[in-house]
Amino acid sequence: MGRTLFEKVWESHVVTRGEGRPDLLYVDLHLVHEVTSPQAFEGLRAAGRKVRRPDLTVATMDHNVPTGDDTPVDPLSQQQLETLARNCEEFGVPLHATGSGREGIVHVIGPELGLTQPGRTIVCGDSHTSTHGAFGALAFGIGTSEVEHVLATQTLAQRKPRTLRIRFEGARAPGITAKDLVLAAIGAIGVDGGVGQVIEYAGPAIETLSMEGRMTVCNMSIEAGARAGMIAPDETTFAYLRERGVEIDERWRELPSDPDAEFDREVVIDVTAIKPQVTWGTNPGMVASIDDVVPEPEDEAAERALAYMGLEPGTPIRDIHVDRVFIGSCTNSRIEDLRAAAAVVAGQQVHPSVRAMVVPGSARVKAQAEAEGLDAVFTAAGFEWRRAGCSMCLGMNPDVLAPGERCASTSNRNFEGRQGAGGRTHLVSPEVAAATALAGHFTVPA
Amino acid sequence: MKAFRRVTSRAVVLDRPDVDTDQIIPKQFLKRIERSGFGDFLFFDWRKDPDFELNGQKGKILLTGRNFGCGSSREHAPWALEDYGFEAVVAPSFGDIFRQNSLKIGLLPVTLPEEQVRELMGRARAGEEITVDLEERTAGGFPFELDDFTRECLLEGLDEIALTLRDEAAIAAYEAAHAA
Repeated sequence: MGRTLFEKVWESHVVTRGEGRPDLLYVDLHLVHEVTSPQAFEGLRAAGRKVRRPDLTVATMDHNVPTGDDTPVDPLSQQQLETLARNCEEFGVPLHATGSGREGIVHVIGPELGLTQPGRTIVCGDSHTSTHGAFGALAFGIGTSEVEHVLATQTLAQRKPRTLRIRFEGARAPGITAKDLVLAAIGAIGVDGGVGQVIEYAGPAIETLSMEGRMTVCNMSIEAGARAGMIAPDETTFAYLRERGVEIDERWRELPSDPDAEFDREVVIDVTAIKPQVTWGTNPGMVASIDDVVPEPEDEAAERALAYMGLEPGTPIRDIHVDRVFIGSCTNSRIEDLRAAAAVVAGQQVHPSVRAMVVPGSARVKAQAEAEGLDAVFTAAGFEWRRAGCSMCLGMNPDVLAPGERCASTSNRNFEGRQGAGGRTHLVSPEVAAATALAGHFTVPA
Repeated sequence: MKAFRRVTSRAVVLDRPDVDTDQIIPKQFLKRIERSGFGDFLFFDWRKDPDFELNGQKGKILLTGRNFGCGSSREHAPWALEDYGFEAVVAPSFGDIFRQNSLKIGLLPVTLPEEQVRELMGRARAGEEITVDLEERTAGGFPFELDDFTRECLLEGLDEIALTLRDEAAIAAYEAAHAA
């Protein structure tokens, strides 16, 4: 029987395997940031252990960094950033610190620096590590104890997950983005639909996506409960890698799932039926088409979500007004996302009742956008143009919503308080976020 | 890691699905560089509501809904539950990363079918104590699954890094075979 992409990558990384115990997997790339690593380095220090492969480890600063030009860092964040810098120095781990010109959101810089490659195993103390699966890598988030384990051993003990293939059949209608595909898929299988599984995204609508679009899709795998999402590497992947100075390994062509490979489960999504998606609730599976209305709650969780969001069932999604618009995050802050949003707002003005901001995913994305004049387009339209970081995706830095504020956000989580205590988040694509900033309520580009 | 063998206690019922780690420990508390002291901030925003389930109940076992601990990879979530006094969490399913993180720190995540969790919730509400026994692999008398290796690590409170370092020869051999 044929093997899946996932099985090929998994099996080629097994260091030891034993009856009744998880496989010990080798880790090719370990990405590190300031929030989930301090206790791991402390654990190494306490046990007198070293980082086994600093050459396979890369650190950056992203979650805590202020994105305003003159915004001071709060003392606790400063302590965490300094702790990372000190740990990297002590243990010999390369660090792309704020101001280095190579810093940015960990899931934006990995691909950008050419570190994310097909067939690799990639881990990071961050659930959106699934992003890197867009290249045909097996990439997943881990906690701090596992971060320490990888630092010390360059391996991880893991139980083999099951496989789920989501096939997107049919062509995308104009204006339908990668974000809409993945939100529709989460809406279909639910926020726990992928638990215990690795998702492979396939089908014509995936094959025609750019690498940026594929990263958006894989990024949100964890929002369906799947630790990892993967897409078969192809010419699009190789072209992206070549542009970043990566030599193509011919063995990568053998990674895609064999035609007779079997998955534990298959789901088919009709892409022709997908419209621009907007979440209405407090998890990413609570999602509707922009032409729909806020649904009648089907259970207590939905009732609670509507109460938190301050929404009435039956309200057209397009009639919901927003106070804030956030374009950024590891889901949608790459150059293509910024180009798409800039094209929507060029020559127009942000609605007077809306505060809108664009936060590039990395220093390089920011520089590229500025070289293309996108910053001028955004600022002329009334957007704030900010420095790279996680920003308002999770509000660990000064970029937060005030209680009750409603935000159209290109990020990945609409959990209660995610963007600030009491804040109300609606997840959308960059195009819808941009159009919504102009109109003051949810809409699509004209 | 803290060893886990058996706990008998009143159980706290939090009958909600999809409780995410942002609720368990909100992001403003992730800036600390220590591993302890997170219990005070467990369910920080929800606990402001006097009717919130945790405000009226006490116990070392948490009974909750499906997909508990979904979302972020923050190990601060199990740290907060453990620091607050929980030793085991029983649910129909867990977020994968949360489950893994809990196992690493000796907070036992127990997966049972939904109807059994419901029955335990009923018994807990009636004031009955519940026993979670890792040696027997039972919770409230219902058998649960956990692989032998993980069970052994938990029972003995083993240092997994030390265990893996015993495989040093295999790791070095893998690296030699895969050197670019």
